[in-house]
This record gives sequence, structure tokens and C-alpha cells, in this order.
Amino acid sequence: MLHIINKSPYDRPALDSVLKTGTGTILLIEDGVYAVAKGGAAESKVKAALGKFKIYALTPDIEARGIADRVTDGVIQVDYAGFVDLVAENKTNQSWL
Amino acid sequence: MKFAILVSEGPYTHQATDTAFQFAQAVLAKGHEIFRVFFYHDGVYNATRLTTPPQDDRNIVKRWTELAKANNLDMVVCVAAAQRRGIVDDGEMQRNGKDATNLAEPFRISGLGQLIEAGIQADRLVVFGD
Repeated sequence: MLHIINKSPYDRPALDSVLKTGTGTILLIEDGVYAVAKGGAAESKVKAALGKFKIYALTPDIEARGIADRVTDGVIQVDYAGFVDLVAENKTNQSWL
Repeated sequence: MKFAILVSEGPYTHQATDTAFQFAQAVLAKGHEIFRVFFYHDGVYNATRLTTPPQDDRNIVKRWTELAKANNLDMVVCVAAAQRRGIVDDGEMQRNGKDATNLAEPFRISGLGQLIEAGIQADRLVVFGD
């Protein structure tokens, strides 16, 4: 299952809800990418989750928000083509709106 | 692979429709097929040909129509959502006694069954909203 999260972890609990599902693949897009900024309160959460989840984040949205220079290690950055590949590779996907 | 896309937010307020458009472009660039793009709730505002953004801003409606025409995409607007929000084609104008239309080509107005069909026929359905 690919979990697509477009909400900042400082705004809504979508990331927390997904992490409770235990395992899977996460793609952070739009304001969801704030979760991967080093130095944020969500950093420890993301680091702890990296053992159980593969965590991807959309590069254009990271760059648009000025956090490209402090992306948490272990998070894999993808462009829109990579977004398409993730959807194709995962049999199911869920947008956490 | 066949993709279907659901857009449930209007242009310029949320990023959803921008993300959906970039995603649709990437799907086609990868050689995949888009079975249908379905516009629901405020997403129907993506289909008004009367939109006039400032010249230095992206024209979201025009961008959708150009992508759709170039790739022969099926762009479907939910009829109930469209009626509530004043998105009108010739058929709806006559049926509801209105004096104008504003649906951009090649969008078409149809029912929610088109979304269900897209979910069944496509290999993947991706939802863009807020």
C-alpha cells in the first residue's frame, strides 16, 4: 500500500495515522514534505519510522518550501515521474485527505 | 498501465489541482494511459472556460484543456456537483432553463457512475484533494 500524504504533520495527524498502520510505503507531497525537515519536531518520528516504512518525498514540493538543504537522511526524494512509478509499483494507494 | 485521476478541489485555492496536472503529465510522459480524469466537488471549477487569471499566472483551465486535447483525454465533470456550482453545458442549460453555458472543451458533464467505472476499468485510481 502506498500512502500519499499532503498534509503537514504540524497541521493534521495524517502521518501519525499512517504510522499506526505498521508498515508500508509513504509518499509525502505538498505540505506533507514538511515532515522530512531536519530540526523539526517531526524529525524523530520520521527517523523512527524509517525502519518500518519506506519514506519518499516529492522534490519539487521540498524545493518550493525551502527545505532542500535539510532533508532527513534515509528519506528518498522523487520527482513526478518517480511519483508515477510508486503508484504503478504499489497495487493500492490511499490519499490521506 | 491504465490510470484514472480524481480531482476534488478547485483551482488556485489548494495545490491539489496543480499536483494532479503535473502527475497526469508525468503519467503520459511515462507511456501510460489515462482512462479518465474525473472532477468532483469543487473540482468542477477546473472546467469553466470563463476563468481569467492574471497574465503572469498559470491558466489552470487552459492547461487542462490543452493536455486533454493533445492526448485525447476523457475529462468528466460530476453533474450534481456542477449544477450546485453553476457549471453548465448546452444540455444542462436547456434542462434547467439557464441563459448561458460555461463548460470548457473538451470537458463533459456526466454522472458519478463514470467515477465508479474509472475505478473498475483503470489499474490505478489516484485521488487529489485537500
